[in-house]
Order: sequence, then structure tokens, then C-alpha cells
Amino acid sequence: MSIPLKIISVLAWRNLWRNYRRTSIMLLAIVVGVWAMIFMNALMIGMVDGMVKGGIRNLPGHAQIHHPAYRDDPSVVNNMPAPAGDLLKALGSDGVLGWSARVRVPAVISSERDSRGVILLGVDPVREAGVGFDLSDLVDGRFLEAADDTGLVVGAKLLQRLETRLGKRVVVMSQDPHNNVAERGFRIVGVYSAELDSQEETFIYAGRETVQKMLEMGSAISEVAILGQDYRDLSVWYPALEQAAGSGLEVRDWRELDAFLDTMLGVQDGMALVLIVIIFIALSFGLVNTMVMAVFERIREIGLMQALGMRPSSILYQVLVEAFILLVLGLVLGNLLALLTIAPLESGIDISGIADGAEMFGMSTVLYPALRAGDMVMASVIVMVLGLLSSFLPAWRAAHINPVEAINKI
Amino acid sequence: MNVTLRLAWRNLWRNRRRTWLTVGAMIFTNLLMIFLISLQLGSYDMMIENSLRAFTGHLQVQRLGYLEEPRLRESFNGAQALAEQLRSRLGVQNVAARAKGFALASSEDRSFGIQILGVEPDYEPRVSSLPGLVKTGSWFSSEAAEEIVLGAVVARNLKVGVGDEITLIGSGRDGSFAAALVTVVGLLESGIPDLDRLVAQMPLRTFQAVFSMPDQAHMLVVELGGLDQVAAALQQAQQLISERPELVALDWDVLQPGLKQAIQTDMASAWFMYAVLIILVSLSVMNTQLMSVLERTREFGTMLALGIRPGRLGRLVMLESLVMSGLGLAIGVCGGAILALYLSQAGFSYPGMEEMGAKFNLPGRIYPAFTLLALFWGPSVLFVGAMLATIYPALKLLRLQPVAAMRAV
Repeated sequence: MSIPLKIISVLAWRNLWRNYRRTSIMLLAIVVGVWAMIFMNALMIGMVDGMVKGGIRNLPGHAQIHHPAYRDDPSVVNNMPAPAGDLLKALGSDGVLGWSARVRVPAVISSERDSRGVILLGVDPVREAGVGFDLSDLVDGRFLEAADDTGLVVGAKLLQRLETRLGKRVVVMSQDPHNNVAERGFRIVGVYSAELDSQEETFIYAGRETVQKMLEMGSAISEVAILGQDYRDLSVWYPALEQAAGSGLEVRDWRELDAFLDTMLGVQDGMALVLIVIIFIALSFGLVNTMVMAVFERIREIGLMQALGMRPSSILYQVLVEAFILLVLGLVLGNLLALLTIAPLESGIDISGIADGAEMFGMSTVLYPALRAGDMVMASVIVMVLGLLSSFLPAWRAAHINPVEAINKI
Repeated sequence: MNVTLRLAWRNLWRNRRRTWLTVGAMIFTNLLMIFLISLQLGSYDMMIENSLRAFTGHLQVQRLGYLEEPRLRESFNGAQALAEQLRSRLGVQNVAARAKGFALASSEDRSFGIQILGVEPDYEPRVSSLPGLVKTGSWFSSEAAEEIVLGAVVARNLKVGVGDEITLIGSGRDGSFAAALVTVVGLLESGIPDLDRLVAQMPLRTFQAVFSMPDQAHMLVVELGGLDQVAAALQQAQQLISERPELVALDWDVLQPGLKQAIQTDMASAWFMYAVLIILVSLSVMNTQLMSVLERTREFGTMLALGIRPGRLGRLVMLESLVMSGLGLAIGVCGGAILALYLSQAGFSYPGMEEMGAKFNLPGRIYPAFTLLALFWGPSVLFVGAMLATIYPALKLLRLQPVAAMRAV
């Protein structure tokens, strides 16, 4: 006699609630476990996302084009021509959100009081604003207005170190391609703030043409920084760009430019899986125990059902359906709970209380937990599949008892 | 053996599988926590020691305000004499004076702005791990040699090697023009690009001459045997400088505030996971004990009818949990101890750790800490959790009516 699934489900459902305390406790355990998996994952993704985005802003861009020797020797000598022809066309392709041709050279900035080593960026303000500079970071004055702007935009921290202020003049000293010291006075027209102090102290922005003139480098530039849609997927535009750049230039994506970020991303993906599996193992002991007990206390009943002609397979299904219902309930509630707890946090968790520690990890002071449907599905599928697998043993045992012995058990 | 204990022990083994499943959950969780906590503690120790040895030392004496605004003119007089006093006061040689300045370094075909550290050639190797990383060339030949040691990346960018000369141009403490011609004698290779891009050191005497700040320095750096000696040394240092109100003594926590915060953050987020595991295992214990109480309702009813007090039944169930958690704790800690002891000798590494390590100034292999704290911290919390979880089933016993219980199916 094979029993329809509907009846098996009804039986399983009723069996579950025969001992509502046990079922509730087990359900609570599954809910807590599932919630923790998703919640911790969301925090971790938020953290790594913040690090990668910060790193990409620092580079900046999802990819960069350089003179082949520039990365090893970031000198003005290793420059490249401004993008033209095929390269310019590739930069205009779909998927590229923005690009910026920049002069980027080490320099020394001096005020009347102090001097510092910095990196001088000669940028085209309109293009740069979409790639490496966020206009909302400006805290005082204005950003550059044109590529031939003669003003200078510096970080707030640098301003403090140099003991100077907005509107003052400073001298920027660097080296031209002929190995002569080139220097020029600039008026500070804008001050920006950044997530990390080290950024504010390192980068100063000037008009690209102004810097090219100062360094006598014609229209040459140091690098092109390119920003795409999604940092995880560059395939839309990157290969074409690589081809257009030809062999005379070096094109690198962010994974190659900052190996650490790439490693972090890989470690995070691995960690998410490890986390889910660890929590599941802790959960599975309880699950197996619950199912074993549920079978054990019904052993006479199961024996009787078999004696009446119920097939072992129906009994197997019945126990598995019980576990399935338990898991589905736990997963639905756990996912809901995760959604409810993360939603109010998505606008950002302020972790400025540990700003110095966060800076060591390259993190910003606001953590944005990110709930991704893919992670919720992954956690749910893993819990469901492993959960059914671990319930299989008690179910198998229930299906293969000897009816006569079972009925006679006390 | 006391009767209640014997009863508890036998009760546990009436349903072996259930007991072992519960104990197994505890052993698994305990092993995992011991492994992770000892790994964490081990890496924190290394992180602290490595960063302190590379940069700040355990303790520094500075001019008040230098920490916030590290400017050239915030130096103090009689630095080396004070360093000598501090050495005799602390009874250790690991005290060195340092000065920090900034200059434009120019080789034949490159110029870069670099930060320069003036160090005492005889004492710097005692307080910092950096001098030991000079892989090419040598350390300074004398106290006032016109020499410089550069990080490998700085040297590569300047296109200089050992024996080449570079010019330094900057401004002195009094605002005068500072210039010097120094010979590169050593290249420092730590393998950490950020560090090798940063380092430039010259003898303190030479630094003082170049930056016109005779007999002055910006900090005294003290390296101690371990973190536990910091508090006492800090007190000694404070007494020594009590007559010079312009100076302060600062410990590593103040010098590198990020370090402790990073560690605390990491520990807190790890404990979030441990807490979840402990809750899961505790729920499992609660379930097991609830079942074992419910299935013995008739038996307990009979015992009550025979005159055993409900309180004693409650204690019996608590004792069962205690034995079970004790087993989980004992086996877990023994296994964990073997694991941690082995790893603390052999070290532990996972893919991607080298890159991560390089960023945080850690070696590619971590040696987990083998300490009582690492062994018992997690498991004892789990133990308490399991006992708390048993309160609910035990309380149910107190409300048991003998007659009704004996009739329960």
C-alpha cells in the first residue's frame, strides 16, 4: 500500500506538533542558526565591500592604463600619450562609466612653515569628478574648474600639517622629464576630506594642463583611470580596452593593481561558506537528535503501521517530510528575521568609535551591511540539503525496524 | 559515589545515542572555539609585537603635543643624555633616541620627497626590527657617519644602490636651509612594499647636524621584553621626566590606538559567532534534557510518591547536564589542547594569508597561543550556557504532581 503524499504530509505535520515543546525548541535553534548565517554574512559583505570600494577609490578606478615601466618607477619619465584613436573609442564604449587622464607624480609641497612629500595629480576636473574625486568630499572652497585651473585642492589633514589655510600660497616641487627640478607656486582653492587620514595627506589636485606646463611634458599623461559599472564584472569593456591599448601600454584591472583587495574578496567568499557549514554542523547535532528521538518514541506505532501493511518507503518519507517541514519553517522564519534585522541597518552602522582600528583594515567609519539574495539562497539551500541528508539516517532506521520486535517494545 | 550522582550517571547512559549526540555537539564546538581562539590570540600577539618592534616600541618619551602634531620643531633638548638616564633607570639597554624629519632626496636622475629618521646606530637595532632587515650593504659605520639606509622601494625609485650618493634638501628646525650629501650604505628589504617605500634612516648625529637641531631628538623609544612590563616601565619613565613638564611618556596603546581597537573589533566579531554556536548547542541540551524529563514522567512520579523531594529531582537533572557538559568540556579541552599544542609548534597557514599578512605586517604563518585562556575561555562559556539551558527542564519537575505523573502515558 503506497500512501499519497498528501496523507504523509498531514501525518508528518501532526506528528511534529505532538510534542510542541521539542519542535519549538528545535525550530528556535534553526531560526537562530539561519539568522546568524545570513546576518553575519551581510556584515562581512558590508565590510569587504567597503574595503574594496575604498581601495578602488584610492587607486582609483576599476582599471588603469600606464606606461609599462610606470608602476615600478612612478616617475614623470614614464609617461604615455593622451588617449586617442582606438583607445579613445574603447574608452567611450558601453559599460565604462567614466575615465580620467591624469598626470601623477611624486612631489614636495611646502608652506611657509613645513614641507611634505605628496603625490601631485594633474587632472581634468570634469572627468576626475566621475572617477577619483567625489565632489561631496569638498569641505571648503571649490574644486578645480578647468584643466588649466591654476588653483590647488588639498586634504584637510595636509593643510593642518603644513599649518596653512585656504587662499594661501604654497610651493609644489617635482621633477621634469629632463631631470630638472620644476617648481611652481599654487594658491590653495579647495580643501577635501577623505575617509582615511593617509589619503588626505597624500593626494593634492591641480589642473592637468597647468601641471603639464610646469613639468614640461607637453600633452603627455601618467595614467588613465577607468571606472566601470560593477567592480565584480569588468568583462563588458575590459578586453576591448586591452586590445585597443596595444602592446606599448600596460592595462591592469584593480585585481592586479591591488592584489590585497582581490585576496580579501576571495577570502570573504570562502569565509561565508565556512561560516554556513560550521553553524550548520552545530545545528545538525540537535536536528539528528530530535529526529532520532521522534522516531524512537514512536517505535511501537511505526511497528504497528508496518504490521498493518504500510511500506517502509512511506515511513521513510514520513520522517523526511517531518524534517522538511521543520527546516522549511525554520528557513522561512530565519530569513524573515534576517531581513527584518538587517533592513534598518542598511543605511549604515556607525563604527567611528573604532575608527583607528577600522583604518588599519582600510575600512571606512560607516559599515553598510549588504543583504544579497544569492547569499540567502545559498544559506537556505545548504541548510535544506544538509538537513535532509542528516535526517536520512533516523528515517532509514525507522523504515527498517522489525515490526514484531517494535510492537513488543515497552 | 553519591547516590544522586550515580543515578545521574546511569540515567545518561540509558539512551546512549542521545547523550553522545549532545556531548558530540559540545566537543565539536569546544574544539572549534579552542582552535579559533588560540589562533586569534596568537596572531594578536604577533601583530602587536611586530608592529611595535617595527615602529613605535612599547613606550616613548616625547614632547607634549608631538603625538598630535609631529613637527620638526617639537623636539627636546639633551635627548641622548636622557636616553642614557632612562637606560640606567630601567636597567635595560633597549632605549634609543630618534628624530624625524622630511627632505627632498635627489639622486642623479630622480627626486622624491621622503621622511627621514635619525637613529642612534648603536641602540636602534635593540629597539627596532628594521635594522635587522638590511639585506644589502650594511648598517652605519659610526655615530656621525654621513650615511643613509634606504628602503628597497625608495632606492629603486631613486635608481640608487649601495655606494651611491644622494642629496637631501629640506629646512632645518630653525627654518634655515638644510642640505646634505650622504652615501647609501644599506638597503632595507622587509618584503612589505608599504614599509620599503617609507624607510630612510641616518645616524642621529648627522641628522642633528643637517637639520640644525644639535643634541635634540623627537622621541625616546623603549622596547621591553613583553607587554606585561609596560605599566611598570611607564611609571619609571614618568618619574624620570617629572622635572621636565614639557615631556610626556606614552605607552603603545596611545602611540598606536588602532592596534588595540582592531584587536578588540576582531575579537568581538568572533565572539558573535561563538555566541551563536553556544546558543545552538545550549538549545540542543535543553531539548535533550526536556525529552529525557518528559519520558521519565512516570518514574519521577513514583519517586515523588516514595518521598523524594522535587528539589532533589531538579538537582538530579542539573547533575545530568553537569556530567554531560563536563564530558564535553573535558574531551573538548583535551583534544583542543593537543591540537593547539601541535599548531603552536608547527604553525598554521591558509591560502591568501601571505598577502593578508603582508598588509598587516604579519608573517605568512601563525603560531597559535597555547595558554589556559585560549583553552578554557570558549568551553567554559559553553559549559555555563548548557547549565542555564537545563534550568527550564529542571523547573518543570518542581511542579510535578505525583499522582498525575504516575498516570501519565
